Amino acid sequence: MDVIEEGRSRLILKENGVLNAEESDYPGSYTIDDIWSHEKFKKVFMVKIVKYNETEMEFDLIGIHAAIANAFRRLLISEVPSMAIEKVFVYINTSLLQDEVLAHRLGLIPLKADPRLFEYRQPGDTDGTEQDTLEFQLKVKCTWNPNAPKDSTSPDDLYKDHKIYTKHMKWLPIGGQGDIYKKRDVGPVHDDILISKMRPGHELELNLHAVKGIGKDHAKFSPVATAFYRLLPEIILTRDVEGEEAERLQKCFSPGVIGIEESEYGIKRAKVLDARYDTCSRNVYRYEDLRDAVKMGRIKNHFIFTIESVGALPPDVLFIEAVKLLKIKCRTFLDELNHV
Amino acid sequence: MNLIAELAGEDSDTKSRTFVFEEGGHTFGNALRCIISRYPEVMLCGYTIPHPSEASMHFRIQTTGPRAVDVLKQGIEDLEKLCDHTMTVFQDEMAQFKAAN
Repeated sequence: MDVIEEGRSRLILKENGVLNAEESDYPGSYTIDDIWSHEKFKKVFMVKIVKYNETEMEFDLIGIHAAIANAFRRLLISEVPSMAIEKVFVYINTSLLQDEVLAHRLGLIPLKADPRLFEYRQPGDTDGTEQDTLEFQLKVKCTWNPNAPKDSTSPDDLYKDHKIYTKHMKWLPIGGQGDIYKKRDVGPVHDDILISKMRPGHELELNLHAVKGIGKDHAKFSPVATAFYRLLPEIILTRDVEGEEAERLQKCFSPGVIGIEESEYGIKRAKVLDARYDTCSRNVYRYEDLRDAVKMGRIKNHFIFTIESVGALPPDVLFIEAVKLLKIKCRTFLDELNHV
Repeated sequence: MNLIAELAGEDSDTKSRTFVFEEGGHTFGNALRCIISRYPEVMLCGYTIPHPSEASMHFRIQTTGPRAVDVLKQGIEDLEKLCDHTMTVFQDEMAQFKAAN
């Protein structure tokens, strides 16, 4: 790879800093054609799915600019909607947890409801309709357990209902909601989220209203636990590293990054197996005799994207929703420009 | 309400404009800047959010000839096409991955 191509496409990880971090591929910077065209983008852009399950996925976005990848990440965290408890009507709360603390805890419970099927609640509307609200009831009273073993001191034996879990939340369908949704499709993602602890005589009677919202308004509406990307690491050995040096080199990187192959004469030689999951720590540079053997870098347009869903929607659907949101933004601005 | 306005005081020249986006932010601003600054006829393109507690985003374009509005329009169109293409490619890959696993 020539010097110019390296400067354009690689980030260089030095002992005390990072070189080439800026984007330099603007028209006029080089003799290379850097003009934006959709056809060119179509040719280079690639997606590769690496891992996928219901709540977490990892995929590669190749041939895209950091600004675009970052836009998707920001949209996932703060603008893709989800449902969360927003209003709590407290009829009885004789527990130790104050009303506002309890309400905050309830707000953070992830719900399974699909936000695409709901509308945003209109500002000023306090009651809500079946299109924009899910209603739950939480009614629990803690009592003494009359059948507790005499010598027991454990709260689990002594009291009944002293731990309030999400499974105590009862869904109250509004209007025709009972025909459209099933109980397991709208309730909390997990049944065993501890909300509060009580003692005999304590009682809770609450009505909860869950509405649709976005992470920008409150983090509880964010549909992802995390959404992040990193650049694909690249490690190049510039000379042969053999024997004891090879083993030392292997220990400088994350497990599985450097392998050792043994030649027919019994010489151990280091070899880069897979740099993908390297943490890019600069451990090698601590050794005078090894620092000249490696070149560490990252590929500037290869993004390893990870999305961890909170549980309402699978991560691939969330990504599509994020891209759709950016498209909708473009559409509304274009409509406005075309009308002027 | 108007979503896009122009900053006053630049009527003499159509090549340079500062557009004020009512709801923009870094998400949209930087993505759009990334595309528009790669057009050959654009001399300068940048954006700023003048005050962190206000939603408005200022987007500046200076060109060597074409009207700034046209460049802006072209930029948003290209960004929209990029979104469409990203969705298609991602959904194709996802379908293949699900079929294979």
